[in-house]
Amino acid sequence: MVSGKVAHMKAPPFAYARATSVDHALDMLSMHGEGAKLLSGGQSLLPAMNLRLMSPDIVIDIGDLTGLRGISIQSDVIRIGALTRHVELLESPEIARLAPLLAEAARHIAHPAIRNRGTIGGSLAHADPAAELPACMVVLDATIVVRARGGERRIAATDFFQGIFATALSADELLVAVELPIGRGPATYFFHEFARRHGDYALAGVAARATSDAQVLSEVRMAFFGIADKPILAKAATSLINVRGTPERIFDAAEAFGRELDPSEDQQASADLRRHLAKVLFRRCAETLLGFEPVL
Amino acid sequence: MTTTKKTEGLSASDRPNSYIGKTVPRPNLDRLMQGRGAYVSDIELPRMAHVAFLRSPHAHARIRSIDGSAARQMPGVIAVVDGNELSATITPWIGVLSHLKGLKSAPQHAIAPDRACWQGEAVAAIVATSRALAEDASEVVLVDYEVLDAVTDMRAALDPKTPIIHPSLGDNLAFERLYSAGEVDQAFAASDEVVEAEFVFGRHTGVTLEPRAVVADWNSADARLTIYQGTQAPHMVQNIAAHHLGLSEQQVRVVCKDVGGSFGIKVHIYADEMATYALSKLLRRPIRFVADRVESFNTDIHARDHRCIGRVGVARDGTIRAFEIDDLTGIGPYSMYPRTSAIEANQVVNLVGGPYMTKSYRARTRVVFQNKNVMCQYRAVGHPIACAITEGLVDLAAARIGMDPIEIRRRNLIADDAYPCGSPTGLRFEKLSHQASLAKLVEMMGYDELRAEQVALRKKNIHRGIGIASFIEVTNPSAAFYGVGGARISSQDGVAVRLDGQGAVICQTSITEQGQGSEAITAQIVATALGVSLERVRVILGDTDNTPYGGGTWASRGAGIGGEAALQAAKALRSNILEVAAAILQSAPDELDIANDAVVNASDRATRMELRELARIVYFRPDTLPPGMQPELMATRHYVPREFPFAFTNGIQASWLEVDTETGFIKLLKHWVVEDCGTMINPQLVDEQIRGGVVQGLGAALFEKCIYDERGQLTNANMADYLVPMSGEMPDIDVGHVVSPTLESELGAKGAGEAGTAGAAAAVINAVNDALRPSGTIITEIPLTPDVILRALGRI
Amino acid sequence: MTAPVAIALEVNGERVEANVLPRLNLADFLREHLQLTGTHVGCEHGVCGACTVRINGEIVRACLVLAVQASGQSVQTIEELSDSGEIADLQVAFRERNALQCGYCTPAMLMAAQDLLRRQPEPSREQIREHLSGNYCRCTGYQAIVDAVEATARARKARAQ
Repeated sequence: MVSGKVAHMKAPPFAYARATSVDHALDMLSMHGEGAKLLSGGQSLLPAMNLRLMSPDIVIDIGDLTGLRGISIQSDVIRIGALTRHVELLESPEIARLAPLLAEAARHIAHPAIRNRGTIGGSLAHADPAAELPACMVVLDATIVVRARGGERRIAATDFFQGIFATALSADELLVAVELPIGRGPATYFFHEFARRHGDYALAGVAARATSDAQVLSEVRMAFFGIADKPILAKAATSLINVRGTPERIFDAAEAFGRELDPSEDQQASADLRRHLAKVLFRRCAETLLGFEPVL
Repeated sequence: MTTTKKTEGLSASDRPNSYIGKTVPRPNLDRLMQGRGAYVSDIELPRMAHVAFLRSPHAHARIRSIDGSAARQMPGVIAVVDGNELSATITPWIGVLSHLKGLKSAPQHAIAPDRACWQGEAVAAIVATSRALAEDASEVVLVDYEVLDAVTDMRAALDPKTPIIHPSLGDNLAFERLYSAGEVDQAFAASDEVVEAEFVFGRHTGVTLEPRAVVADWNSADARLTIYQGTQAPHMVQNIAAHHLGLSEQQVRVVCKDVGGSFGIKVHIYADEMATYALSKLLRRPIRFVADRVESFNTDIHARDHRCIGRVGVARDGTIRAFEIDDLTGIGPYSMYPRTSAIEANQVVNLVGGPYMTKSYRARTRVVFQNKNVMCQYRAVGHPIACAITEGLVDLAAARIGMDPIEIRRRNLIADDAYPCGSPTGLRFEKLSHQASLAKLVEMMGYDELRAEQVALRKKNIHRGIGIASFIEVTNPSAAFYGVGGARISSQDGVAVRLDGQGAVICQTSITEQGQGSEAITAQIVATALGVSLERVRVILGDTDNTPYGGGTWASRGAGIGGEAALQAAKALRSNILEVAAAILQSAPDELDIANDAVVNASDRATRMELRELARIVYFRPDTLPPGMQPELMATRHYVPREFPFAFTNGIQASWLEVDTETGFIKLLKHWVVEDCGTMINPQLVDEQIRGGVVQGLGAALFEKCIYDERGQLTNANMADYLVPMSGEMPDIDVGHVVSPTLESELGAKGAGEAGTAGAAAAVINAVNDALRPSGTIITEIPLTPDVILRALGRI
Repeated sequence: MTAPVAIALEVNGERVEANVLPRLNLADFLREHLQLTGTHVGCEHGVCGACTVRINGEIVRACLVLAVQASGQSVQTIEELSDSGEIADLQVAFRERNALQCGYCTPAMLMAAQDLLRRQPEPSREQIREHLSGNYCRCTGYQAIVDAVEATARARKARAQ
């Protein structure tokens, strides 16, 4: 006998609890393990439940945990609470000043109504390979702060994202904040993504940060999203460090980057297209960071 | 006595204070803007239950058994019904029409009893107190499927090795048509150049924002079924529901309230909707079915899945000598009911080459069954295919001989004084304006300036292109479309108008409203013909109990046919009013007129009697009328086109776009349409129909495709993966007009609802090829995704 | 089966108390429990925008909010924005330009347009198109809507002067 599984669009039944504190949330996570799903913005969880792709036993709403909100500056880091909504990243003067890349990335996240609800914690924990914020975390050397009943863990962004919808979070852990190092001197940023329509998930995108002096890069990090199962740091970018940036060197580095990749394939784009767009992004990114006139 | 104006026999547009040709806002927009519309999914009836359908996950499978016992125990579940059980209540149907020679199809049931033939076909119905509970229960219905081989590649559908979906039919060929006119082989042989290309069109679908929704309410005491449904053709639904449920038409009432978009999607007969009617009768309570979005993608009709080889022969002086096509289209496992899934292919054959003088034409089309969703008429039926092929070939011919695309069209479009004339496929044209439209387009778009800009930007490696697409469009169809084939689809419409007790006007029309403005134009016509103010006209439509019998709104017939009926009915009522008024005022009808809600002197326009007063007398004081007088303040007229089987319109479109040859992305910069649809009742509504239609065509050109895998699974059945055009990517669209009224009706209106969609994709394809011309790349496939562009350029 | 949860919220200025299942989304709650059917359901996965409402003054997709999440919040639907007169000029502009045909996307489109005009009183056509880029319309092709929003912005500016 085969049971008749077909996609339907009313969410399956689940229990619901509102966490009154982080500890309360952690207790419930421990109790329910894989059967629990955390609800913050809900902009990824609810579509999945409505499409019956996810059927948790219990949904733990952490929306009341005001301690997880807010953007604060603490000596050499800017700390962003997990429940910070994307619209707040767009409107925050601190982000604009200290992490403008995040504001630029947030502009590309879906549409206004989604940005009013979606949270940075939710986006990072969800780890959609085509999402903007995970790549930004990788590029900005962010530390993901997570808490379990046993205590707090601090995970480097480069270690946090492990695959499609897969992170270093275990089932009993709650992402509480991200910390971005600041005060490391002037830097140039670059952000661009290729999407078929405004607000769509990117077919390929890049978030980058560099420090440079007269067309020589002293530091560069380029994190690509939408092309693989998680954000990819371009190793080939390092070939542009401490050398005079030239169109030939940039072209070669872009080609090398293309060879690093094993891009994903889906209805929106073939692997070949993703690889190609990634190389185009690499080139345009490098040109901008080096101060050339990019053709966008 | 001096008369400054003729009043009797005035054409509709000539009347004083005429609303014809005026842009006036539609009545009743307020309720839609306040969120107080009444769509089917807003309806709640006592004891109403909800149905969810269990749908086959396999493209082709025998149903060995269905066990609903666990499902029946679930909370809120009222019934679990399979195809065998339901077949006692509703009979199956076959989607064929006798005038499509050779068209064959197999019986289709409301719920598949033995075999599911496409992924998404319903195999059981679960009725519960809420949709969510019905869905919960559907998950525990146990179905034992025997998976069968699926036919999923139209190119292989007729291979001897490919399984035959319906063995009793002998093969997977639903319909084939061969056509030839003129001396085709000689014409090609005499051509200086022959160009051939294969055109591939992605299957796509309507994606109406309001999904299909039905509330079926069987009242067993009245033995009457009321169907609330956003159908375009309520009398057709009435007829078919009655027929298959064993009822008389009088026992069925179809009510259409507000409809959230249709475009042809909601003009067909769907198995799940028929099942809903039957379930209501079986369970003796109202049943609501609202398709969810995934369901819509899997079961709303798809359209335009074609592969077509096209050839054109051209002389060096630009004369097009011949067109030829060999078209293949893969439909679903059943020809849709009752309009059939062969009409689209038939239209393609009929319409290729239509705007041109070329007499030599040969065509073959084959329609094959597949184990995919059903396919049928969707806005502009066949025209986008025929236009893309024709206009693509014309551009290829022009490029081959080094002629400008506008120039080759100037030389080959039918001359504006050549009418009446016919196409090689036997289409009869009353009066078209291809040349005038072309000239107007060239002027509107600033063609020469755009060409100069293109040249200048090419030097900077910026690739912009201009694409032109001329087209003819079928509107106002007579019985030639469906009736002659045996379908109970009416090609006539009727309007009844009356004065109410206050002298205001109530108008009942058999055409229907899906947002295009049927209500508005009916009111404008009636108000004009009667001489009343627009605010005093109320229009009732979408109710088989309360409107004359008619065809409804589809194939761009509402204005031309329904509008003419409205005009004639209003004129008849006017005549009746003047007869009574003349008796009361001791005058003669031809000395009177009606204007501004009052009977006036024809000569000096002085008010003689308010209509309010006339109504008072007729309805409440007939004792004061002359002896024997029986006033009649209501009139009904029907109208059907008799002279021309279709009222053809013509138009021409242009697309101006930029192709990023590095990324394959296309930016639509601007779009133009010149449309000749005859008399325009409300120019703004016409322009807005065109704009909306264009954007649907642009969606097809760039974004829309139902992606099936080789197992027949629809892999992008949601709005994140099936891309519809959104505001960020669409251009502004300038619309201009030439006006060639039809002389067949007094109103002179032809249809305009589908013209935008007919030519938009063709214009875009031509523009992309124009942009890429220096590289020699030719692309004849839509949607034009970055993958397609870059592959064609050899960049990936 | 899971137990209903008691919620209390403000909807269009009225206090509402109800017992709802956790899985009930806000769109269905508004439509089925309160018969506020102006909020429309088009896709149920947050893409089409037809279900747009306001929570605490900010536009959201009601199909992506659980009714239980809205407890303690203030929800506004098209009915209130309309009755309060807040979007009266937008509605006039929509009517004059026929910026709606079937009307199904219209309540949400009006809410999104009003959201834009509150944030950005003089938007360019491109900015209008971008802000509305998450609201699907199949009927109009968007141009009349952009025209109507642009005209309203101009009129509001003129009135302010």
